[in-house]
Amino acid sequence: MTEPLIQLKHLSKFFPVDTDLLGRTTSLLKAVDDLTLDIFPGEAFGLVGESGCGKTTVGKMMVNLYQPTSGEIWFEGQDLAKLSTRARRGRCCDIQLIFQDPYASLNPRMTVGDIISEPIRINHLVRRDQIADRVGYLLNAVGLSANYRNRFPHEFSGGQRQRVGIARALAMQPKLIVCDEPVSALDVSIQAQVLNLLSDLREEFGLTYLFIAHGLNVVKHISDRVGVMYLGRLVEVASKRELYRNPLHPYTKALLSAIPVTNPEQRTKRILLEGDVLSPIDPPPGCRFAGRCYAKAGCTGCACESEMPELVEVSPGHFLSCYLFDEGRRVLAGEVS
Amino acid sequence: MADNVLLEVRNLSTDFVMKRGTVHAVIDMSFTVHEGEILAIVGESGSGKSVASLSVMGLLQPPGRVVSGEILYKGRNLLKLSRGEMRDIRGNHISMIFQEPMTSLNPVYTIENQLVESVQTHMKLDKKAAAARAVDMLRLVGIPSPEKRIKDYPHQMSGGMRQRVMTAMALSCDPDLLIADEPTTALDVTIQAQILALINELRGKIGMAVLLITHDLGVVAETADRVVVMYCGQVVEEATALQLFERPLHPYTLGLLRSIPTMEDSDADEPLYMIRGMVPNPLNMPKGCAFFDRCDRRMERCRTEMPPLYAAAGRRLRCFLFDPDRTGAAS
Repeated sequence: MTEPLIQLKHLSKFFPVDTDLLGRTTSLLKAVDDLTLDIFPGEAFGLVGESGCGKTTVGKMMVNLYQPTSGEIWFEGQDLAKLSTRARRGRCCDIQLIFQDPYASLNPRMTVGDIISEPIRINHLVRRDQIADRVGYLLNAVGLSANYRNRFPHEFSGGQRQRVGIARALAMQPKLIVCDEPVSALDVSIQAQVLNLLSDLREEFGLTYLFIAHGLNVVKHISDRVGVMYLGRLVEVASKRELYRNPLHPYTKALLSAIPVTNPEQRTKRILLEGDVLSPIDPPPGCRFAGRCYAKAGCTGCACESEMPELVEVSPGHFLSCYLFDEGRRVLAGEVS
Repeated sequence: MADNVLLEVRNLSTDFVMKRGTVHAVIDMSFTVHEGEILAIVGESGSGKSVASLSVMGLLQPPGRVVSGEILYKGRNLLKLSRGEMRDIRGNHISMIFQEPMTSLNPVYTIENQLVESVQTHMKLDKKAAAARAVDMLRLVGIPSPEKRIKDYPHQMSGGMRQRVMTAMALSCDPDLLIADEPTTALDVTIQAQILALINELRGKIGMAVLLITHDLGVVAETADRVVVMYCGQVVEEATALQLFERPLHPYTLGLLRSIPTMEDSDADEPLYMIRGMVPNPLNMPKGCAFFDRCDRRMERCRTEMPPLYAAAGRRLRCFLFDPDRTGAAS
């Protein structure tokens, strides 16, 4: 088996939200809690969850915008936290980020050419006299005309701006690109264009993607494997085919059934989740989903509300964090499988 | 379906006159909403769907202006009403919920304050009765322990809860028509499913009609009875939801539906269908069909001539493919 390109080992990120008089933290927002994940070279890994589940925080830790509270990030066999600042910065070139909002992520006072060439200049990626060629090449690669280099972001539509953002990420010749909801701000007809572009670029440049999204339908198109997050925890990881055909976690099932289908005859009896997502501030012990779980009753004697279920492999490549499928527990509970 | 027409919009055109030129945001739009019906207006950003709904509500801000057409609500032309009369229509007869539940509520007043205010403005109730009604409305939209939550400020509630409060406010005066402008766009999918189920349920419970403005064809398929598809300010297709999703006919509708990543089980990783190109600049619209540049099935005629709305295949379509005079009309 090939070595993973990037490994997240027990990664956590807590934000202090409240302190007492002495400045001691009294309240923690657990954005990401003990997340372990491998992403392999050439793969597109989809990370799905609702707002506030920590998926963006994972992305930001990978590109070094956040420091993990605990846990390690290994990239090509190196622990990123152990690298010197200089080496770490070099590694940053290998991991790039595409932002969600193409209106906010481009400097309105810089031309598109400057936006794309800035990282090239700073990191001395090509010789000075070749920068212009490189920018033209990158613009073409994302489907824009090289003549656009002297235009400003406001002259472009949302889809075109997102292409500029992609070109800027590509400028660093990265190995891994973290795509943080790259199409959720775009219109449907433009979404398809950008998704197809990302697929093409992946083949052309041999890229690996971490593709973050809040809906399972967008991820389905581009990903090889999919992970579902809920309140800072991974609840299910499986290959795309397995996850969509055989979702096991109650939350994954609810997410899948919440996607509106474009067939009025199939206005299905969907799984309607009660209530809202819990606050990630000082979450209770036990399964984070327990408060909204509709399958909880089906596993009497489970520790859903007192103990966090581990992420275990239930079938090859299919990881799940739910007591419903935890053999040992079911036996304990007197349930014969 | 009820035959009673509640709202009829006839040949509505709305312009935005600006220094750089005039944008025709809504062009010659006609549609009807029947009692108890959910009509969806679908389109991408800039298609004029929100402007159309604001025109109906009389909430259009300058430079926006209705330049022609009629908006008949139970036979009365809303465009001819005085401000006072229009205020009476809004809330009592037609009410609206907006896209952003975060910004549509006043952050410095409690939910109770805001709900009671709208109830008292439109109904002759004393404070106590109005407060009781407010609690009832919150219960109706499925907010748990409404007696307690009514004392909350908007920031103490989640997005889904706020959208429920907005809905409660809109429904508090028993409107006959609810205009919902992207009611779920700012919400997570599981919360979206809750709100859509709520709108559907309320429609059944209190028998109001809903004009649903959205860009999401999935949301339309889930809720609507009939659908109006807009592109660049014009109606391009109007059909029942069943017709439209079973067999979209206008090239734009077809493209939109095909470009949504489906959840169907397909192993082939074929690229998504995409509509090429971009929406034309509203200040510089092409002479012929607005969809010409992006269309798969364009003809020479489309470049210079604007297709009218044809009645074909039990629906309305703006495309020369469905011109009855065309020899060998499209199947």
